[in-house]
Amino acid sequence: MIQTNTYAPSAARTNGKLLLSGLHSVVNRPWVVSLAIFVAFLSIWQALTSTGGGETSVDPEYAKLMGQAVGVTTGSSIPGPMAVARRAMELGSRAFDSSNPNNLGIFWHLYYSLGRVFLGYALAVVVAVPLGFGIGLMPWLYQALNPFIQVLKPISPLAWMPLALYGLKDSATAAIFIIFICSLWPLLINTAAGAAGVRQDWLNVAKVLGLKTSTKVLRIVFPAAVPMILTGMRISIGIAWFVIVAAEMVVGQNGIGYFIWNEWNNLQLSSMIVAIGLIGIIGFVLDQALAWVGQKLSFKE
Amino acid sequence: METFLSLNKVSMTFGERTKFHALDSISLSVERGEFVSLIGHSGCGKSTLLNLIAGLYRPSAGLISCEGQQILGPGPDRGVVFQNHSLLPWMTCHDNILLGVSQVFAARLDKGAMRRKVDQALDLVHLGHAANKYPHEISGGMKQRVGIARALAIEPRVLLLDEPFGALDALTRASLQDELIKIVEQTRSTVVMVTHDVDEAIFLSDRVVMMTNGPAAKIGEVLEVDIPRPRDRLEMTTTSAYAECRRRLLEFLYLKQAVVRH
Ligand SMILES: Nc1ncnc2c1ncn2[C@@H]1O[C@H](COP(=O)(O)OP(=O)(O)OP(=O)(O)O)[C@@H](O)[C@H]1O
Ligand SMILES: [Mg+2]
Repeated sequence: MIQTNTYAPSAARTNGKLLLSGLHSVVNRPWVVSLAIFVAFLSIWQALTSTGGGETSVDPEYAKLMGQAVGVTTGSSIPGPMAVARRAMELGSRAFDSSNPNNLGIFWHLYYSLGRVFLGYALAVVVAVPLGFGIGLMPWLYQALNPFIQVLKPISPLAWMPLALYGLKDSATAAIFIIFICSLWPLLINTAAGAAGVRQDWLNVAKVLGLKTSTKVLRIVFPAAVPMILTGMRISIGIAWFVIVAAEMVVGQNGIGYFIWNEWNNLQLSSMIVAIGLIGIIGFVLDQALAWVGQKLSFKE
Repeated sequence: METFLSLNKVSMTFGERTKFHALDSISLSVERGEFVSLIGHSGCGKSTLLNLIAGLYRPSAGLISCEGQQILGPGPDRGVVFQNHSLLPWMTCHDNILLGVSQVFAARLDKGAMRRKVDQALDLVHLGHAANKYPHEISGGMKQRVGIARALAIEPRVLLLDEPFGALDALTRASLQDELIKIVEQTRSTVVMVTHDVDEAIFLSDRVVMMTNGPAAKIGEVLEVDIPRPRDRLEMTTTSAYAECRRRLLEFLYLKQAVVRH
């Protein structure tokens, strides 16, 4: 009795240790956990959609034949992962198709969206970086512009949309303007903070060496502000990629936002899910690209 | 001997509203080629005094002049080595030094000559091999040496050092002190150095200026270091002159200006 009593807890302890060390080696490889989460997500998705009643993937021809009835009942149920994967293959196979302007391949939609984002964004960089520099270096300019910045910054970019459409008369230009506006503020504020927050030590170096203002700005203030500028650029590209989807839903004839809205009108839920996934992946790539550039251009200490 | 650098009843008050009185009526004159150390407890205003001479601050009262000219702002005639090296991290060591050199010599020298000047300054601190390294790639002692090279390269009339070896270990510190002595002899620089290390002050200086505790710090005593040069670090410690200097400094710092911890 005594022996088993003393033996049992120690065995349990060893088992517990083994389990713990097993858990440890898994946690040391985070991708294993990521993979497990992904698989779990897919199976739960599969389970929910297959018991969720009726056909998961509605044949478009069939849906058309059945008219609205389908849309109201089975067609609105969420498609399962297999259906979405199949749809992704279909969309992929004609991704570059531009033969029918009313039914462009998905590549072209992404192309138009990214094009608008880059145009609006580049415009914002060109305006905000020099202006932010001026604000950061000249307190009087900061004080003069600050009220406007503070009031304009919280306006939702989409609130500008009708005005932009009316003023610019062209939906594509309006979308670019929206991107410009929403990218502007983080860039402006971060650049200004970067230029204003240069370490006093470094400014003292400029002073004791007697550097000219132009040399000081180019060789000290600018490199010192680069990390902040790139942080601003990274925030802005994220916001711009957010906003373009919404903007294209409102004004588009093409673009990924228009695509989602159009597929929603066609009750093509699988296409929407594919597009949502693509938006996420592209947003991630944009962010990482800027993070990489930031790391390359920023100084190391 | 001629007075090279002179401070006449210099006071310093910080802040428009807070009015922190850091320095009170400091008078000091430094001869050409002299090596003067400022010693005192942390926070007494040593850096403030050095920054006043550098021209980074304007005194609230009093006059500072160098060779009879009033100091109105910072300028390349005074080379400064900062307490925390302050190298620009986005430039190589070479470019850090070239930045000042090309500001000072652009009118007189061509590009090649300026680059040679930078190389000479690096050789002076034995860092020719690190010219193309970035500050984050070299050790703390090397950074401090680049800082000294940067200050020397612009050929200043006076070298201002703010605890240049404060952050270094004892061995590195000793070898850099030896190096500094050689450099000062070679370039015949006038030096004002801040330190909180008694031995360092004695080893390097002709005179040690002892500052009282702040606020409103003053010059407490001035010690003439009567030890002939060249000084040998080890041999020096056996002399009675050394013992006397040490005793006077320690007495000032730990008896007369014992820090009251709040
Ligand atoms: N820019 C400033 N504004 C307000 N007060 C200041 C400023 N610079 C220094 N002081 C104050 O002046 C006093 C002297 O500072 P200082 O940096 O000269 O001391 P220090 O002797 O160099 O000290 P340490 O040995 O720690 O470097 C301190 O009390 C400090 O708080
Ligand atoms: Mg100091």
